[in-house]
Amino acid sequence: MDDFEQFKSTFFAECSELLADLENDLELLQGEFYDKETLNSIFRAVHSIKAGAGAFQFKALVKFSHAFEALLDLLRNDEIPVVEAVVTVLFHASDVLAQMIELARDGQEPESGYGAETLAELDAIRFTARPADAAASANAASPDAALSNGEDAPDGMTTFLIKFLPRAEMFQHANEPLLLVREMAQLGQLSATPSLDRLPDLDTIDPEQAYLSWDFVLKAACSIQDVEEVFEFVVDDAELTIEIEKSEAPAAIEVTEESALPAGVESKNADTRSGRPAQVSSIRVDLDRIDRLVNMVGELVITQSMLSQQTNDMPEERFVPVVRGLEELALHTRELQESVMAIRMQPVKSVFARMPRLVRELATQLSKKVRLEISGENTEVDKTVVEEISDPITHMIRNSLDHGLETPEERIAAGKPEEGVITLSAEHRSGRILIVIRDDGKGINREVVLRKARERGIVAPEQNLSNEEIDNLIFAAGFSTADAVTDVSGRGVGMDVVKRNVQSLGGRINIQSTPGAGTSFTMMLPLTLAVMDGMIVAVGGEKYVLPITAIVECLRPQREALSRLPNGLELVQVRGEYIPLVYLCRAFRLNGGIQNPSEGLVVLVDSDRFGRIGIVVDELLGQQQVVIKSLEANYDPVPGLSGATILGNGRVAAILDVEGLCEDSGTDLGSAASIQGASRAHEVATSQNETREASQ
Amino acid sequence: MSKRILAVDDSKTMRDMVSFTLKGAGFEVLEAHDGQHALTVLGDEKVNLVITDVNMPNMDGLSLVRAVRSHPVHRSTPVLVLTTEGDAAKKSEGREAGATGWIVKPFAPEKLLQVVQKVCV
Repeated sequence: MDDFEQFKSTFFAECSELLADLENDLELLQGEFYDKETLNSIFRAVHSIKAGAGAFQFKALVKFSHAFEALLDLLRNDEIPVVEAVVTVLFHASDVLAQMIELARDGQEPESGYGAETLAELDAIRFTARPADAAASANAASPDAALSNGEDAPDGMTTFLIKFLPRAEMFQHANEPLLLVREMAQLGQLSATPSLDRLPDLDTIDPEQAYLSWDFVLKAACSIQDVEEVFEFVVDDAELTIEIEKSEAPAAIEVTEESALPAGVESKNADTRSGRPAQVSSIRVDLDRIDRLVNMVGELVITQSMLSQQTNDMPEERFVPVVRGLEELALHTRELQESVMAIRMQPVKSVFARMPRLVRELATQLSKKVRLEISGENTEVDKTVVEEISDPITHMIRNSLDHGLETPEERIAAGKPEEGVITLSAEHRSGRILIVIRDDGKGINREVVLRKARERGIVAPEQNLSNEEIDNLIFAAGFSTADAVTDVSGRGVGMDVVKRNVQSLGGRINIQSTPGAGTSFTMMLPLTLAVMDGMIVAVGGEKYVLPITAIVECLRPQREALSRLPNGLELVQVRGEYIPLVYLCRAFRLNGGIQNPSEGLVVLVDSDRFGRIGIVVDELLGQQQVVIKSLEANYDPVPGLSGATILGNGRVAAILDVEGLCEDSGTDLGSAASIQGASRAHEVATSQNETREASQ
Repeated sequence: MSKRILAVDDSKTMRDMVSFTLKGAGFEVLEAHDGQHALTVLGDEKVNLVITDVNMPNMDGLSLVRAVRSHPVHRSTPVLVLTTEGDAAKKSEGREAGATGWIVKPFAPEKLLQVVQKVCV
């Protein structure tokens, strides 16, 4: 079966889709708006997984999906009612199934006994409704038993006497006696004697009837089962006897026709109505191919912008057709790029669809009442982004439920409806995707947050923070407000990890909270990770790209706004806030960069660990969409750089990694991190001096 | 001319595997993702065999078998039904509907070819 190895990746891709459908349909089962087709569709999903698993011999998966499928079969045939307890088990089963598929994908076998509990639950429901299945299942433990009670494989030749009288039904089922004869002949030496006794005269012959019969003598070194197998499909449509010719004990095995099946048995599945949404016709393409396409289009964009830059210097009136042609090329290139990017776009639905269940289970666990409202689930983003947003969203929803929402009693006491509401929404905004998770809970308790932050040394005791800054402390590393580590929050991942993950995707996350009225998390993410909006900056004759998302503002500070701490750290004062400066020319040891920020420019950026930082550059050259090229893949990782791109003039420009850049510019900034939020100069100076003194 | 077989399954994995096996043995293979699609693909084109899954959206395998059996052009075309684990109930349902035979999933390539030889003229 090794021939089939190559289809494994298709199988797993299909499994992912089937699991998503399964999850969706199970959600439907919870409400009132499901129909027969929902159950059929669930059944088909599990059935397909089982069939594929069988082909690749994932035994544990086959066993589990078989029990799952068997129960689903009873559900769709109305033999078991769809009640909440059953749906809960189905959910568990779908989890186990997903886990087993993941293991299979990684080439692992599940631990013995994995999923046994759920398996038992599935079987328990099934066997309660169908005790006969329990017995059958017990017998199935020795599936080979049936095979052993026949003839033992004969040492020598056996002679079989076969009488075969096909009926018309056999032909109606499109079976062909000639092929059976041919197959028998392959087993051994065959002689056939046709009987024409029943053949009528030509003028009374009915072409739809069967008139011929045969007597065969087969001498072969095979068992009677092998011979029976030849007639496997026709035993019900023919009179057939197979005997073994033996001098003593002629063990005749007669295969007679079964009593006729009840006539007119209608298939229960003859459901051909198209109540489901029309299927989008689609093809499955290997992701590598698409990436190659995206890459090539990226190159094309670069070439095109190189061409148009060079024609800028041409006297336009002399080259009108060329310039026109290039303009058109630019237009088409952009369209092509957008279309190619669109191929990788997927609705966030696949992620959002998992949330109702998460909320439901958590709410039960925490004894809270909550309703999840979802909107914008059809908003599309790049496949990689879809994959990456699942964890942050899960985490934030978990957080909202655990920390944000009150218990029903608390809510009633606060004059709110007993049932809390969490909304999850997605929308496109200015070329990015905006995901908002909002709850109507108690909001952030700033006193507690600040106290904890001080206890943990995240905030210096004398520091005064604004409400917004306090709220954002929950993103600080090592911060957790849960008084007791619950099952829900105690997963070892904090909001700091969420923030870092979002930032590594080139996104931002914000929190707004109103005491008593609720909290909302806002996540802004790029639609794709292959291109990026960048600001081209120049330093000492070199060009660098800063991600637009990181930039807060650009300014040319007055000389008076600049100051220097005793440890050499330079600061710029912006609206009363002191912000440490990083000189790009020093960071990359460039000659000729402007050393005085009041002659150059300061670009304020937000970094995760160092807060707001001012990057000193010579000038801004403009905003441009750039195609991201990996440094790791094409060169080596370079600290302070996250990648590179090719500019219109054909030169490579490095894309700055703000986080890495700050880290690389020495330990000074490290201590500066602790001064973020300080609002007065002497506070800064004092704390720096203290630091210095403490370290001496 | 090589013999043509129509493989009907909503699972691409299954279609691929059936198709791969059959093409390797020199058959020409057409594919369809459900019963309705199969009837569209068939049209009035002659095929030597139809292999169909049972559980499919839109039109399941047994309905397809019935449709083939009452089709003016295809009524004598052999149809094999793909079932899992020798499920006797499914086999007899398949027979009732007019199927020529069945193949039990999962199958080894040789087994598939052997069954195909048995019904494919």
